Amino acid sequence: MASNDSSDDYGEIAQNGLWDNNPALVQILGLCPLLAVSGTVINGLGLGIATLVTLVLSNAVVSLIRHQVKPDVRIPVFVVVIASIVTAIELAMNAYVHDLYLVLGIFIPLIVTNCSVLGRAEAFASKTTVGRAALDGFAMGLGFLAILVVLGGLREALGKGTLFSQAHLMFGEGAKWITITLIDDYRGFLFALLPPGAFIGLGLLIALKNAIDTRRKQRRGAATVVIRGNATGTAA
Amino acid sequence: MPVSVSTVMLRVVYALIPGLIAYIWFFGWGVVVNILFAVAIALGCEAAMLAIRDRPLKPFLTDGSALVTAVLLAISIPPLSPWWITLIGTAFAIIVAKQLYGGLGYNTFNPAMVGYVLLLISFPVEMTSWQAPLMLITQHSLGFLDALRIIFGGGLPDGLRLDALTTATPLDTLKTQIKLDHNVDDIISTAPIFGHFGGKGGEWISAGFLLGGLWLLYKRVINWHIPTAMIGALLGMALIFFIIDPAHYPSPLFHLFSGATLLGAFFIATDPVTAPASTRGRLLYGALIGVLVYVIRTWGGYPDAVAFAVLLMNLATPTIDYYIHSRVFGHGENRKD
Repeated sequence: MASNDSSDDYGEIAQNGLWDNNPALVQILGLCPLLAVSGTVINGLGLGIATLVTLVLSNAVVSLIRHQVKPDVRIPVFVVVIASIVTAIELAMNAYVHDLYLVLGIFIPLIVTNCSVLGRAEAFASKTTVGRAALDGFAMGLGFLAILVVLGGLREALGKGTLFSQAHLMFGEGAKWITITLIDDYRGFLFALLPPGAFIGLGLLIALKNAIDTRRKQRRGAATVVIRGNATGTAA
Repeated sequence: MPVSVSTVMLRVVYALIPGLIAYIWFFGWGVVVNILFAVAIALGCEAAMLAIRDRPLKPFLTDGSALVTAVLLAISIPPLSPWWITLIGTAFAIIVAKQLYGGLGYNTFNPAMVGYVLLLISFPVEMTSWQAPLMLITQHSLGFLDALRIIFGGGLPDGLRLDALTTATPLDTLKTQIKLDHNVDDIISTAPIFGHFGGKGGEWISAGFLLGGLWLLYKRVINWHIPTAMIGALLGMALIFFIIDPAHYPSPLFHLFSGATLLGAFFIATDPVTAPASTRGRLLYGALIGVLVYVIRTWGGYPDAVAFAVLLMNLATPTIDYYIHSRVFGHGENRKD
């Protein structure tokens, strides 16, 4: 029950969400939307932003009402809060980015069932202050968004040979120039766009993260050994 | 006497030879080019992955398992496929399906079939435009250099058109024609792609694989359970529907000698790493592959189904092993209450 408002752990909260406890790479939560809409960068970006906003708002609201909600009924209350926020976002997307809304389809309302949203509300936001809860939601959402975009880019580049295709869905007709064609007359590699491509892509990203962590740990271990060696050397 | 992995793998390659000779006889030099190219890629990828994983090169490179994977995959793809088809399929089979799962003995799925299915779902056009048997290509005698040129992107030789070179496979033809409400007998007697009891050429290639498979049984490289169960189940299914309605369901004999039935039964489904460990488990595994092959061939979206059936049952192998395991000596026979 860490409800003290010390500001010194903000950096830790951010690092947790973005890397150490990344919802997609470490907690492996929210896989259903992650795998289903990461076919292109723009789809990933769209759903990632929607999830990010949901996480920030739901964490903040859950934190605000944490003293009023009885523990017995907290889960239904959290779900109602999250569902209301997602409904609002869905209506907003329907109004302002209608084409992207049509492409993402059922996966926007399904953000309600994304385990990482309820997970953060229950495990973090309901036990802390509004500021820390909102920051946690932002960091977790950004971590999720980053993986959605990277996986989307990977699959789009391999599967279609383009990046940022259909950018106009999100940024309007003026944004068509963003689309990059990596390889002209690319035949397409359907496998990358199909569900197995998403699974294998995510598996490779998780492996990459673990490899980076292992290398870092080794380097840190080597560094401490050297320091210790020096210390004993000077002592002897 | 224990036999080493490399002996087993080499015997598997020897056993493929009769079928391969028939394959080359009927489909020409493209088969040879594909096999050599696939073997080179497989060994290259295997060596690179072993080096990355800090494993010794020599024992794993010479155990012959990459060789078998490459040959099986090269047999499965159309003989004059462009080079990058072979490259992507073989590299994926060795790097992802085999080495990323931990190398020989740890792979959940049959690597050659993973490579094949990857290609089939990613490049359906290339993977379903099979070269016609040589005797149906009358305009041109495809030599070794012609095959090299076609595969490595040099275009078709003069006087040969693509539609003369490729044709739908017998299983494919049958499937589309039956959908158009044609009678099985009429289809087989009119389309030139059919032979005496299977596809033209394909039936003798299958017979060659049967011969090699029987030699593997004789040498005890494989057990009889999986091939017998698979072929038995396929024939049983085919017989039931053939008796009910011979106009719409081809005969059991046709199913036996078409597509990859015999290659799959003796060389692919019998892979000891991805098949169940117990005898009864293997019988169940083989039988379900046979049933799945018939079901997918007859009612599914693809003309042949051995690769899908084998991969689906690879997936079921841990469950089969969990519920059916060999009786350990002294266990469970005479329980005293």
